[in-house]
Amino acid sequence: MAERAGAVLRAGSPSALSGYLKAVGAVIWKDLTSELRSRELLGSMLVFALLVILIFNFALELDIRTRQSVTSGVLWVTFAFAGTLGLNRSMAVERERGCLDGLLLAPVDRSALFFGKALGNLLFMLIVAAIILPVYSLLYNANLFLPALAGVIVLGSIGYATVGTLFSAMAVQARTRDILLPILLFPVVLPLLIAAVRATDSILLAIPLAEIRGWFNLLIVYDLLFIAVAIMTFDFVVEE
Amino acid sequence: MQPMPKTLKILNGVTAVLLLVALCLVFLYAPREAIMGDVQRVFYFHVSAGWVGGLAFLVTAVAGVIYLIRRQSRWDLLAVASVEIGIVFTFINIASGSIWARPAWNTWWTWDPRLVTATIMELLYVAYLMLRQGIDDPDRRARFGSVYGLAAFLSVPITFLSIRFFRTIHPVVIGSNDPSAQGAFDMTPRMLQAFLFSLLTFTFVYVTLVWHRVRLGRLAEQVEQRKMEMLTA
Repeated sequence: MAERAGAVLRAGSPSALSGYLKAVGAVIWKDLTSELRSRELLGSMLVFALLVILIFNFALELDIRTRQSVTSGVLWVTFAFAGTLGLNRSMAVERERGCLDGLLLAPVDRSALFFGKALGNLLFMLIVAAIILPVYSLLYNANLFLPALAGVIVLGSIGYATVGTLFSAMAVQARTRDILLPILLFPVVLPLLIAAVRATDSILLAIPLAEIRGWFNLLIVYDLLFIAVAIMTFDFVVEE
Repeated sequence: MQPMPKTLKILNGVTAVLLLVALCLVFLYAPREAIMGDVQRVFYFHVSAGWVGGLAFLVTAVAGVIYLIRRQSRWDLLAVASVEIGIVFTFINIASGSIWARPAWNTWWTWDPRLVTATIMELLYVAYLMLRQGIDDPDRRARFGSVYGLAAFLSVPITFLSIRFFRTIHPVVIGSNDPSAQGAFDMTPRMLQAFLFSLLTFTFVYVTLVWHRVRLGRLAEQVEQRKMEMLTA
């Protein structure tokens, strides 16, 4: 698949951008195809997410009154934990049998590989969220189908997948790979999670959007900043 | 083994003297604060330690970027030296703040933006050290350290901002003060002098320690090289 991406870029000189986008698309397509065939990643992320909710149910006694105040926290902790699981696996797969080396040999911009992996991870996180939300709504009789909430989840997941992809590329190359990612990731994504939890909370309490714009701005700033950091530094992370 | 450079020896002496003078200023020269009493004296070293922590992590981020551009191992040595010192001073900052908070706020800990940010900062750089520990190849270790050092440093102000949306009770002694802050006070000229002198002293302590730590790192590199030479000979 990497070869295809490279061929695409070499052939597509009239428009460098479309070649770049095709390279990004090729990486995403590769991840999706392998996921369709193995069904390892999404399955484990989903089961794990449901288990986390189940544990919260008993740990916090999610009766009606508590639920109102903790729903946003439970949701985001679930997304974050399931996300870490997916990020770790998605990069570990690349490390096995030298897949990453194959990808790196492709004559495409390294940032295209990064965006491919990050968008793939984002997609998996969003799919998990898209399944968890209705399940949570069903289990706890709460309406979580709100456009603003979807916006928060997309913005939060973008930042999480960006930073997570960058760090998981580092973590898989370390000796302590399985335990390292959450330790690296959580302190850096803390502001993202705070903003996402507060925004979700406000949306669920039906506070007008104008009043929670600050949290949205924070999410956007965080996303942009770390996309920039990732583009600048990804080269150094995968260089051999 | 090279002898200690002369400038470093002088710096050792100067820093020791400065530290002694700073102690005298804090305990003898600065007046007793009217409401909080002697507990307030923790403020001078508390803020200075926090300043050194922030400075150290800034140096790590900058040294990391320079390493990524130049690829000289001394910049990586500087980065890791700075992190180790930053962690110690941030801890001093948190611990001394806690000691002050007990009488002033009647609690050891509160979820105030500054306290949480300092703690997250501490955790970030402990993670930095753990990342480095897990990698054997020195070049890769330096690259990853640089990338993480930069990302970590950039996340700190956003963390602070995000927690700040909650109300803060931490006093702002320099600059404007929130009326809801507890334990605030105005500095008399003598207090200000003692405070500025503490800042200067701690900056000297930082520079001296970094220098020693970088030198230690260099020596360790040389030992490693000798070992390799012995093994291949």
